[in-house]
Amino acid sequence: MTAIIDYGVGNLFSLQSSLAAIGETAIITGDPEKILKANRVILPGVGAFGDAAKKLSDSGLDSVIKKCVENKTPLLGICLGMQLLFDESYEYGRHRGLGLIPGKVVAMEGSIPKNLKIPHIGWNYLKIKNETPLLSEIKNGDFVYFVHSYYVVCDETNIAATTDYGLEITATVFKDNVFGCQFHPEKSGDVGLKILRKFCSLER
Amino acid sequence: MITKRIIPCLDVKDGRVVKGVNFLGLNDVSSPVKLGKYYSDSGADELVFYDITASSDGRKLFTDILTKVAETIFIPLTVGGGIRTTEDFDRVLKCGADKVSVNSGAIENPELIKRAAEKYGNQCVVISADVKRIEGEYRIFSKGGRHDTGMEAISWIKHCVELGAGEVVVNSIDTDGVKKGFDLPLLKEVCSAVSVPVIASGGAGCKEDFVALFKEIPDIDAGLAASIFHFNEVSIPDLKQLLAKNNINVRL
Repeated sequence: MTAIIDYGVGNLFSLQSSLAAIGETAIITGDPEKILKANRVILPGVGAFGDAAKKLSDSGLDSVIKKCVENKTPLLGICLGMQLLFDESYEYGRHRGLGLIPGKVVAMEGSIPKNLKIPHIGWNYLKIKNETPLLSEIKNGDFVYFVHSYYVVCDETNIAATTDYGLEITATVFKDNVFGCQFHPEKSGDVGLKILRKFCSLER
Repeated sequence: MITKRIIPCLDVKDGRVVKGVNFLGLNDVSSPVKLGKYYSDSGADELVFYDITASSDGRKLFTDILTKVAETIFIPLTVGGGIRTTEDFDRVLKCGADKVSVNSGAIENPELIKRAAEKYGNQCVVISADVKRIEGEYRIFSKGGRHDTGMEAISWIKHCVELGAGEVVVNSIDTDGVKKGFDLPLLKEVCSAVSVPVIASGGAGCKEDFVALFKEIPDIDAGLAASIFHFNEVSIPDLKQLLAKNNINVRL
């Protein structure tokens, strides 16, 4: 059973439908007990980093997520959920993240060539950088769907895949039992379903 | 680098796709659920759903169908038709839409764009503009292309983007249904006026029209069409092969 953490951020319909499509039982919950009991945990997220980080700390779910990671429960952050795994973000000020993977979140504006549109919206291809179970069935050049204006800067050893948008944008990260996708696997067709299926095969 | 998108559009009325479609291997050709799945499987990059009647009676039926489609396809889904309030945004987003397209609703109340963008993010708000040439200028039409608003199109579209629209769909009434190609002069003007993604709609009659679109206007992000896909005059896999052969970056 996989718990999708509900902390009042974003639309969880597609994520739940895509897990149902691969035969995974999923619950959408903000209940710490249920999250701690789950075999796997997904941290979704759409919107601004500061708001989301505040919602996590106000609800106490930040410590629940950290506890899950200590218990070796596989954790997958998606989009803003991936960015929240890092130490800090510079989206409208400076905000602290969960600090589960060392690194920071910075704006694409000013970093990528001016002729490229922001947000980075659409299908872009993955470049595999390091082996990780999450991407074991994914090939170089497989397409996934991105929607974001900020990106993660972290140590190369934690980067599983990047994508090219004026510069190499961190697309998938990993550290022990913690994983993150900047793109939306639930919107990335068969490639996305393969990634979710792989995540749902991971155990403590 | 990001790919050019190919987007089939389903015009839905009373829960069925209008323009009776004619497909090989599909029994219920006017079922949005089956057609949506078919397009998703054949490599469509996104789907657009328009509730073309958008009558209050049809609403429940429409959201039921929308939910079923959203449960079946795992590519981005844009929904439009009768969107007038942020509650309407909320309603279709909860059924699984990723983006919401506004047209007449924004013309009646431009603040809708701003409020929706603040609440759901710019990426969620799509402005759909029906444009027709009147006395030498581009004019915005509302109510399904029936009413001349008197507003100049390019400045209206720019205004919508300033208010927070994250994407623009440009439907050329002049080229729509003519099948002689997209309205390149109009689309060029829109692309140079705004910095958000622009989707071309109206006029595609064959695969080569998409090649011309992406070659002539490198800044255009996507091509949208309905009947040529429904009637299988253009198959999406063939179209994408042709685009790739012409060095246009697509998802194969």
